[in-house]
Parts: sequence; structure tokens; C-alpha cells
Amino acid sequence: MRRPLRLPATPRLPSLRKRLIVQLIALSAGLAVVLYVAVRLGAERASEATLDGLLGAATSTIAEELRSVEGGAELDLSPGTFSMLAAMGEERIFHRIDINGLPVTGYDDLPRPPQEPTALEPVFYDADYRDAELRLVAVARSLMIENRAAPVLVIVGQTRDGQRAVAQALANRAALIGLMVFLIAIPFSLLVARAFLRPVGRLAEAVGRRGGHDLRPVRHPAPAELMPLVEQLNAFIARLRQTLSQTETFIAEAAHHIRTPLATLRSEAEMALRQAGDEPTRARLRGMIRATEESARSANQLLDHATVLFRAEQFTQERVDIGAMIAALADRFRPTADLKDMEIRLDLPSERLETTGDAVLIEAAVRNLIDNAVKYSPEESEVAITLTRDGTFARLTLRDHGRGLGGETLATLSRRFRRGPNVGGVIGSGLGLTIVLETAAAMGGRLELTEHEEGGTCATLWFPLSS
Amino acid sequence: MRFLLIEDNADLARSIRERLEMDGHAVDHAPSLGDAEDHLAVARYDLILLDITLPDGDGRTFLQRHRAAQADTPVIVLTARSAVSDRVDTLDLGADDYLTKPFDFAELEARCRAVLRRRGGAATTLRRYADLTFDPLGGFVTVAGENRDLRNRELRLLEVLLSAPGRILSKDQLNDRLFSLSEPVSDNAIEVYVARLRKKLEGSSARIETVRGLGYRLTGG
Repeated sequence: MRRPLRLPATPRLPSLRKRLIVQLIALSAGLAVVLYVAVRLGAERASEATLDGLLGAATSTIAEELRSVEGGAELDLSPGTFSMLAAMGEERIFHRIDINGLPVTGYDDLPRPPQEPTALEPVFYDADYRDAELRLVAVARSLMIENRAAPVLVIVGQTRDGQRAVAQALANRAALIGLMVFLIAIPFSLLVARAFLRPVGRLAEAVGRRGGHDLRPVRHPAPAELMPLVEQLNAFIARLRQTLSQTETFIAEAAHHIRTPLATLRSEAEMALRQAGDEPTRARLRGMIRATEESARSANQLLDHATVLFRAEQFTQERVDIGAMIAALADRFRPTADLKDMEIRLDLPSERLETTGDAVLIEAAVRNLIDNAVKYSPEESEVAITLTRDGTFARLTLRDHGRGLGGETLATLSRRFRRGPNVGGVIGSGLGLTIVLETAAAMGGRLELTEHEEGGTCATLWFPLSS
Repeated sequence: MRFLLIEDNADLARSIRERLEMDGHAVDHAPSLGDAEDHLAVARYDLILLDITLPDGDGRTFLQRHRAAQADTPVIVLTARSAVSDRVDTLDLGADDYLTKPFDFAELEARCRAVLRRRGGAATTLRRYADLTFDPLGGFVTVAGENRDLRNRELRLLEVLLSAPGRILSKDQLNDRLFSLSEPVSDNAIEVYVARLRKKLEGSSARIETVRGLGYRLTGG
């Protein structure tokens, strides 16, 4: 009988594809943010450095251009200095010049640098001034005024509104680029995930298509990372195959080791019986022969039963000519039937009836039915075997003139080791019908047992015809 | 009949051999495939009894070689293996029949006869006694040249009686030869068959005598 293999549910992890896509998208989002921040910071720094350079250069020039005159200092701004300051854009400019630590010109309250600049080394700093953020630079030099060196401090401040606007515009562009990178990354991630997982999918499909009875090793190409999995799968398949073949070998060997000594025992007992004269010894020897026969038959049927179960799991599919098989089997039983002067009558259709299944199983089923019919029939009786087409089925009927079913039904008789109440002295194992029923179930057939009005049993077995 | 028994189990082989010799057959025993080849090279056999599991190979290999060599000696496989499929493939490989061990000798004889009859190969030795002619293989009997139709059991009974004409055979001896040893036999079964055989052989000079308390004896006029 075929039972589906039920395994405990495997815990399911989120699909690899989903995980890969999510990770790729998260990664590209992160990259877009990093890109945005980097572009923004870089742009700010670059524009600040440029403007600082210009501011410093202009302030240094102003400091250079201070000349001492009688009683003070004079500033004569060259056109270059103007153009330098003009290059700073639409910014407001503040200045302050201190001599001897006292403001002499410009905005007196313009904040002083946090530390005093050294000679010609400008100091840059930020400060709030008149509601504006200023970038300031202070340059120091000394000037000979009235033959004395007087320290001069030149401070120039500049608003940075224009620069901020430029930096913001650059940052916006960076954000746009980041967003575009992110948007492009989404379909790209999908494509990459699909391409990446294609070998996995193909392998899974190739393994899935095989079905549970294909015990050939998996030869499908697999990426290196999946090779351990495939190798383990193949090792497992090989182990399973070995176990199955060991089971088969075990059944065969068990049979051999049980039957050979039984055969010797039986043969010896038969000879002893031929030579024995006194009735008690003869009765004992007959008992021995019966017991031998009984154990041989039980061993036989048990092993046959194991084979049937084992083969039903294998699910071999081949086309079997039922008529030819029945004819061959009937021929096989004729010498046995002859010993009881029994007749086996065969009625086969002229058309060829084929069924699909395991020939060995079908043979075992039909053999058990014929065996039952011959075994439970009286001497000089007849067993009629008929094969006919019945719709999409082939119907095999075995009609005997034996002892019938003794009031039992198929359901009880086909239980393992269950024999009818009317078996009398006939040796049997109680497994024959179980084997027939299991074979019928394995191949989608049906068995029916009825008692004939005129006595005897009628066994009917339906095989689905090959399409 | 002359048998070649290819069987590696010494006890079983001796037992089968003695049992067959008891019935008047000649048996050569080969414990391996190699020995079997040696025997076949020098002698002709009516039948080969072949075991499947042998020390120097598989009986099926022998079967294939035997058939490939166009040898026509019939082969009956005595298999001790269960695998249902074994039975099928030995026939496919060219065995004439098979029997699963342990087997009933009566069934072995029946199968041997069936195989030889089918092959029509072995030269039949007609048995004659008084005005009876008996062909054990073909299973026909004539009384003074006239065909008599006998059933299988009647033929076997006649065969047993013919094997020892003039000697008294007990009911037990006849029972053992005629009925399955593993099935219960009623006491008067043999009387029924003797009565039938007497009727079938009516008009013959050979008669089946009842020896009260001892058994039966075949006598010829």
C-alpha cells in the first residue's frame, strides 16, 4: 500500500530573494545618504576655503598697502585689491584697522580675533556682528610711525550669505543625485537578485521534478556554495539506495538461510516416512513434515509480504500483458493441480489487455489467488480462470469449487495472519489475501470475494487498463 | 531418469539424491558450477536441478551460459530465495520451471514429468507388464494394445505398482507416494483409487490383488 511520506513541517525563513532585495536597497539608500553628506560637506569646505583664500589675500594686500605718512598712516587701495573683494560676490564687507591697539578707521566694534595674528600670518575666525554671521580675517604688521614701530592690525569681515546659498544649491543637487542613485538601484537590485538566485532556483526545480522514487544522484550544475548541499544530498541518496538494496539482499538471504535447512529437514523426514513401518512413528513424521511445510510457507509469505511492501514503495511502472502473465502462471500451477487430479480452465480474451504497474507485484497477487483456489479446492474439481474487459478495467475472475469463505468477509480474511474458520487441514500463512489486497491498492485495482450459490469461492480482481 | 543435481548444501544434496535414488533415478551431484561443467562435459542428463546460490557463482549465470551454448537439457531451478522477482527472472533466463525450497518430492516429480513431456526430448522407456504398456512420461496406458484413459492419480498408482510387480505394497507405502505428505489423508482414499484403477484396467491379464491386512500386489496372468 502506498502511503505518502509525512515529514514534520520545516521552519520557513524569509525568501532569499526578498532578503537580498531588501539588503541591496538598504545598502543603496545608505550609499545615497553618504553621497549626499559627502558632496554637501565637500562643497561647503571647498567654497569656504576659496572664499577664505580670497579674503585673506585681500586683507594681506590692504595691510601691505598701508604706508606711514607724517603723523599717521595712509591706505591707498590698488585696483587689484578691489577686484579681489568684488570677486567675493554679493556680500557685505566690514573692516577695521587698529594702530597701536587703537581703532583708527572702519567699524570700531568689529570683533577682534581670538588670538593675535603673527606677522603676515592671517587668523581666520567667525563672529556674529550686527545680526549677521561674519567670516573674519585679521592680519598684523608693524609700521614705522614717527620712527617708532607701531603694531598695525587689519581686520576684514564678510557675510557668507552668498556662499551658503551656493552650498545649499550644491547640497540639493547632491540630494537629487543620491535619490537618483537610489531609484536606479531598486530595479538593479531586483535584476541582480534574480540573476544571482537563478542557479539556486534551477537546482531546486531540478531536484523537485525528480519525485521521491528517483534515486539517481543529482547531476545538475550547481554554484560552488551549493556544492556541499548537493554533495550531502547525493550522499544521502546513495545511503538510501544502499539501505534499500541491503533490505532486498537481506530478504533474499534470510529466505535462503531459512529454507535450505527446512528443505533438508523435509527431505529427510520424507525418506524416514518411506522407511518407517509403525504407525506412531509415521504419525510423528507426518507431523514433522506438516510443521516444516507450515514454517516454510510462513517464511515464504512473510518475506513475500516484505518484498511486496518494499516494492510498492518503489512504484515501478511498466506495461504488463495480463493475459500472457495469467497463462504462464496457470501453466506453472498445472503440475500441482494434477497431483490432486484438478483441472485449471483458462478463458482469456482474444484482445491483449495491458495494465501499468510492477510486474513482480501483479504476478505475486495473481499467484496467490491461483494458489488459494487450488489449495482450498477438493480433488478432481475445477478452477476456472477468466479474464475479460470491464470498461477501463481488466477483470480477472477465479471460480473454484472449494470450501467457500466460511461466512467470513474479505475485510476480515485479508487481515494479516487471519484465516477462515473452514481451512481444515490446509496449510497456509494467512498472508496471501493481504498480499493480493496490498498489490491491488498499490496499483489502483480492486479485489472482491464472494461465495458462489453452488458452493466454492469467486475471487475477482480488477486492474486498471493502460491508457 | 538421470539427474544432475547442482547444490552446494551437502546435507540437502545428499538427502535429495537418496530420495531420488529411492525412486529409481540416477543422480550425479555437483557442489559447484565448476563441478557441474565437468559433469556436463562427460555425461548426458535428462534433467538438471539447479540451486541459485552457489559458492563459485550465481545459478542464473550458469543458466545463461547453458542456454547460450544451445544445450537442450531441461533445467528446473530449486530456489531458496524469496524475492518474488527471482522466480520471474529465472524463467526469463531459460529455466524450464522452478520450485521453492522446501519442496514436496511428489511435486518435483510432477514438474519433472511436465517439463520432459513439454520438451519431448528424453527418450521414453515404455514399461510393459503382462498385456499392459505404460508410458510414464506421456501418461498413457494400453491394455492389449487398446488405449485406456487414466487420470493422474490412477497413473501414479499404476506406476508405483509397476515398479515392484508381485511385491506386496502396504496402504501406507501407496499413500506416501500418491498423496501430499503434508495433507491429511483419509484411510479409505487408497481403496477408492485401487477400485478405480481396477475398473480402468478391466479385461487385462494384470490384476491388483488385495492381500488382507497387508496391502496390494500387482500380478500378471
